[in-house]
Amino acid sequence: MTALIIVAAILVMLVFSVIGVYNVLVRLRNQVNNAWSQIDVQLKRRHDLIPNLVETAKGYMQHERGTFEAITDARSRAMGAGTIPEASKAEGALGEALSKFMLVVENYPDLKANQNFLALQEELSSTENRISFARQSYNDQVLFFNNKIQMFPSNIVANMFNFSKRDFFELENAAEREAPKVSFN
Amino acid sequence: MWELIRANKRNSIVLMVLMAGTLLLLGYFLGIAFAGPQAGYIGLIIATVIWLVLAMTSFMGGDQILLAASKAKRVTHDEYPQLFNIVEEMKIASGLPMPRIYIIPDPAPNAFATGRSPQSASVAVTAGLLGRLNRDELQGVIAHEISHILHRDILYVTLAGIMLGSIVLISQVFLRSMFYSSMGSRRRYSSGGKGGGQGAIIMLVVAIVAAILAPIMAQLLYFALSRRREYLADAGAARLTRYPEGLASALEKIAGDTSPQLAAVNKVTAPMYIVNPFKKAKARKLSDLTSTHPPISERIKILRSMSSGASFKDYSDSYSRITHHKTIVPAAELTAEAVALRQAGAEAKKQQRRGTQMRQVGDIMRQINHFVFLTCLCGLKLKIPPNYKADKIKCPRCKRVLDLPKSG
Repeated sequence: MTALIIVAAILVMLVFSVIGVYNVLVRLRNQVNNAWSQIDVQLKRRHDLIPNLVETAKGYMQHERGTFEAITDARSRAMGAGTIPEASKAEGALGEALSKFMLVVENYPDLKANQNFLALQEELSSTENRISFARQSYNDQVLFFNNKIQMFPSNIVANMFNFSKRDFFELENAAEREAPKVSFN
Repeated sequence: MWELIRANKRNSIVLMVLMAGTLLLLGYFLGIAFAGPQAGYIGLIIATVIWLVLAMTSFMGGDQILLAASKAKRVTHDEYPQLFNIVEEMKIASGLPMPRIYIIPDPAPNAFATGRSPQSASVAVTAGLLGRLNRDELQGVIAHEISHILHRDILYVTLAGIMLGSIVLISQVFLRSMFYSSMGSRRRYSSGGKGGGQGAIIMLVVAIVAAILAPIMAQLLYFALSRRREYLADAGAARLTRYPEGLASALEKIAGDTSPQLAAVNKVTAPMYIVNPFKKAKARKLSDLTSTHPPISERIKILRSMSSGASFKDYSDSYSRITHHKTIVPAAELTAEAVALRQAGAEAKKQQRRGTQMRQVGDIMRQINHFVFLTCLCGLKLKIPPNYKADKIKCPRCKRVLDLPKSG
């Protein structure tokens, strides 16, 4: 009789701890999804800003058609991206095109004095920051979630209910990684 | 993060209980002193009612009262786009809901956060702060304030501030009424003490001592915990921005500021601000125990020596290195998560770049004008004008005497 009670008690405890771990996993997964939607919101904000920016700058920079085309192309490719790795790549390329554009802008003092453009520039740099902070927060959440899924004992529960690892969101930006070299000889 | 929030909530409850105890004891003694030994409970009840009323108001609209007391005005995205954008960036980094944003029209640079919960939080910055800081620095300050919201410091500061306020209020009312009634008729408190004159006098003395000590005790408790929270909010800011230098250089600018002291500030609201709003001449005389904020130079040093990363563990290591104290971060937050530091923002980089560019342009100009360049053993680059005739030169940094190469 006592043995039965002990076995029953152990079983009940096991069930409760499985429920507990399961709930933690679901919460973490929801946080990952929420963080991802934050990135999505900011990427959309970036896509919406670009036509305005191009429109404002076009009047001042008639000879930079190539730069504008690069941005518009990168934008449409980024908007069409489906999977996370695809989006990472396309958004990285768009970021690169935008930073090149900002470098070119340095040569047009009239444009830089335009109030409308200055406001757009602040919005754009804030959007770039938002994307990187949203990405930072998403990657933190993914790290927590992946750790939980892979570590004992929560990995048992994760396997039981088919929780799968998530991908990190890295923006591919070759230009940022290369340090500029200055030589005088 | 959750462990830190839980520890903060626990501390807040302990502090509230201690302060409530102090308040009730004070009420009890004052009741006895005013109206005899039976009246202790009446004093207790009055103190409880005062506390309840104040706690209710502070819970319902304490943040609004504090904001109104600091003359803060609510602003929108159209009025201050950059400030608004920075707050939104930090909101995203922390995963909190968007706080309301206020501006205090005051030239002294400072900032605070208040509110009951992250859902009803507000961040206020002074006009002086907006005028002096660049984007990265402002981001550091906002991150510090958002960390206060994230760590649930804001409810604690509001509640503890109101509690401290009510203790101060009750003691002041008592001490003043004692003072005035002892100058006039003694009817007020001698009526209850007819039976045992000596006992009443003893109680009176106890009450006076309690009335003097209670506010001091309450303040010490309040200040001790608020110092720790400042360090933790700095650590949180470094973690959110991944760029401790932003906050460090903001603190440096605020510390070096010479504009007059913030106008709408008092003892109760002082611990809310990012740096102590009372000016240094006064603060330096006070001992460590009574200051609401850690020394600003120490905070800067800790932030600047975080070279390996921006996690709580990196901050804690840096804290121990600078202060030689043990860590202030709860143990569960010290997991070895790797949080990489970030480069300076575009604006700061541009400034740096402009500095090196200016130097390079200067060098090119000198080269054209036949200057002689000579690098000393200490690393200093000497630029010698063509009309310098001697064949030896002394390095201005290390005082070494160098031979000049014969030109032509």
